[in-house]
Amino acid sequence: MLKMTHLSKVYRTEVVETYALRDFNIDVKEGEFVAVTGPSGSGKTTFLTIAGLLETFSGGEYHLDGIEVSNLNDNARSKIRNEKIGFIFQAFNLIPDLNVFDNIEVPLRYRGMKAAERKQRIMDSLERVGLASRAKHYPAELSGGQQQRVAIARALAGSPRLLLADEPTGNLDTQMARSVLELLEDIHREGATIVMVTHDPELAARAQRNVHIIDGQVVDLSEDPRFHTVHAEHTGTTA
Amino acid sequence: MFAYYLQLGLRSLQRNPVLTALMVMAIGFGVAASMTTYSVFLATSSNPIPQKSSQLYAVQVDNWGPEDSDKGEPPDSLNYTDAMALMAAHRAPRQTALYPVGVSVVPDDQSQLPSPESTYATYGDAFAMFDVPFLHGSGWGAAEDDAHAAVAVISRVLNDKLFRGANSVGRQINLDGRNYRITGVMDSWDPQPLFFDAVNTSGFSDPVQIFIPFTRAVELKMATAGNNNCNRDPGLGWDAWLHSECIWIQYWAELPDRAQAVAYRQYLHGYAAEQQRAGRFRWAPNVRLSNVEQWMDHLKVVPPEAKISLLVALGFLLICLVNTVGLLLAKFMRRAPEIGVRRALGASRKTVYAQFLIEAATVGLAGGALGLLLTGVGVLCVGLVFDPQIARLATLDLSLIALTLLVAVLSTVLAAFYPTWRAAQVQPAWQLKSN
Repeated sequence: MLKMTHLSKVYRTEVVETYALRDFNIDVKEGEFVAVTGPSGSGKTTFLTIAGLLETFSGGEYHLDGIEVSNLNDNARSKIRNEKIGFIFQAFNLIPDLNVFDNIEVPLRYRGMKAAERKQRIMDSLERVGLASRAKHYPAELSGGQQQRVAIARALAGSPRLLLADEPTGNLDTQMARSVLELLEDIHREGATIVMVTHDPELAARAQRNVHIIDGQVVDLSEDPRFHTVHAEHTGTTA
Repeated sequence: MFAYYLQLGLRSLQRNPVLTALMVMAIGFGVAASMTTYSVFLATSSNPIPQKSSQLYAVQVDNWGPEDSDKGEPPDSLNYTDAMALMAAHRAPRQTALYPVGVSVVPDDQSQLPSPESTYATYGDAFAMFDVPFLHGSGWGAAEDDAHAAVAVISRVLNDKLFRGANSVGRQINLDGRNYRITGVMDSWDPQPLFFDAVNTSGFSDPVQIFIPFTRAVELKMATAGNNNCNRDPGLGWDAWLHSECIWIQYWAELPDRAQAVAYRQYLHGYAAEQQRAGRFRWAPNVRLSNVEQWMDHLKVVPPEAKISLLVALGFLLICLVNTVGLLLAKFMRRAPEIGVRRALGASRKTVYAQFLIEAATVGLAGGALGLLLTGVGVLCVGLVFDPQIARLATLDLSLIALTLLVAVLSTVLAAFYPTWRAAQVQPAWQLKSN
């Protein structure tokens, strides 16, 4: 579903080159639920934005649902984003001037869907996240958990093949976080591929597979010397 | 999607009423100033007879010589001698000498006072040359010109006034105590600028009410009601004046194609050369043929203040638009997070362009509506700056309404290009990360 090979992302200024991702390799199969973890600044979010075609990359290859995306123009990338990818952000990223219904409608509008189908999909997705009664509410009138549910409903309404979630529970309390996670698990069970960036080990543990990023590269935790040091220190302390 | 973007645009207008009001006012005032002055400029610079302006030529023959001429330019009018010589030669398919005369209509009812009416003495060719429309009857012919006949063509307005709109052809009209048989009633006709006598009217005057034969007017010794310029004393009496070098006649020739214009110019040159050989002109032939538009340019019919005020107003519009660019930039860039979200959800850069340009167009349309209102007020106030004859021409007609709205929308969309370009460059990844 999502395959990056020797991918790199370099931010260049006149004096310095900074690698956000370097020789980055990942292969997420269709239907997988993958948690991406790593320390702050390791490149998790950069990976997610490149995966979501929100950002270009400097080298390597990226195949999304079998399509090599490096040479696609803005229109084609936007079309893929619209039709194949759903986003869930930590900060929810709802448009404050639109009510819940209109927020969910945005990606469907860009798809050129007819009004009746749009309405049907919006109401179905709202039912699914338990917010059908809040369709006319504005984001500011909802709690954080409800806003994240609306964001999930917006992602679901377009029936994406791939769901990209960036710290989806980062701004929520434990109870809200749990319910959002359960929702994601439901969605995964129904066949969606989910890639979730998170700091939360408990959340990561719920995924089928964990991918750890350090310094812009995917690492195998069991072979990473830094992990060993930390692990050894930790073991020593407890011994 | 257009309806969707329009809906978003209208919502955006409501979202920040102060910013919206500032933009609408900037556009409204800028457009209104431009359109008001443009209406004056348009009225004064329009082609009064577009279908024939390239076939009608004003004739100039230098009968004064370089000492009395303005930078070598022949006088703008002819004297009687030259005008009659050209008429007699009859070298153009149609031609006419003409001049304004002071004539009053004497009503049948003796208790009513005579009313002065704008009147011209012309030849019969003038009606066909100037495409004068007729409601009843027609102009007179060459026979009436030759016979110095007491005939007249009157306007529809005068016909309504004197004959209550009935067909008055064949009836008599009393002009200065003499009866004239009406041969035709003109339909509404008010060419502006009044090209055939821009010399005496500066291009703008009330519509002509009566035409009478030139030959009749001269026979009755009707002096010109326009300019009469002499470079030396003409002597005493009508005949002395007629045969003097005083200039007071406008002369027009209809020359349907270039070859005939060239031939006529050669004829004029030959005529002037002949006058030189005869000792009347002591200078080389100096003649001009100017079609209607050239003649209007030569006489500087468009008032200089109309041009200047239009330029000032366009400058003002430009300043308003620069302000609008700044306001739109602030408005659009404040929505960078929204743009980031929309891009993430599938909006391409083109889509962002479309959304924001349509939003700008809604601002432009609102500005245009305000501009329309202000243009209406401006047109009503044109008379405070310009002569009444010019002010009456400036009107808020359908074409000006459409143009006002079009200019408002187009100029705002144009002003929105840079802010929209900036909006389309928003990097969704950065926006979403920073959120």
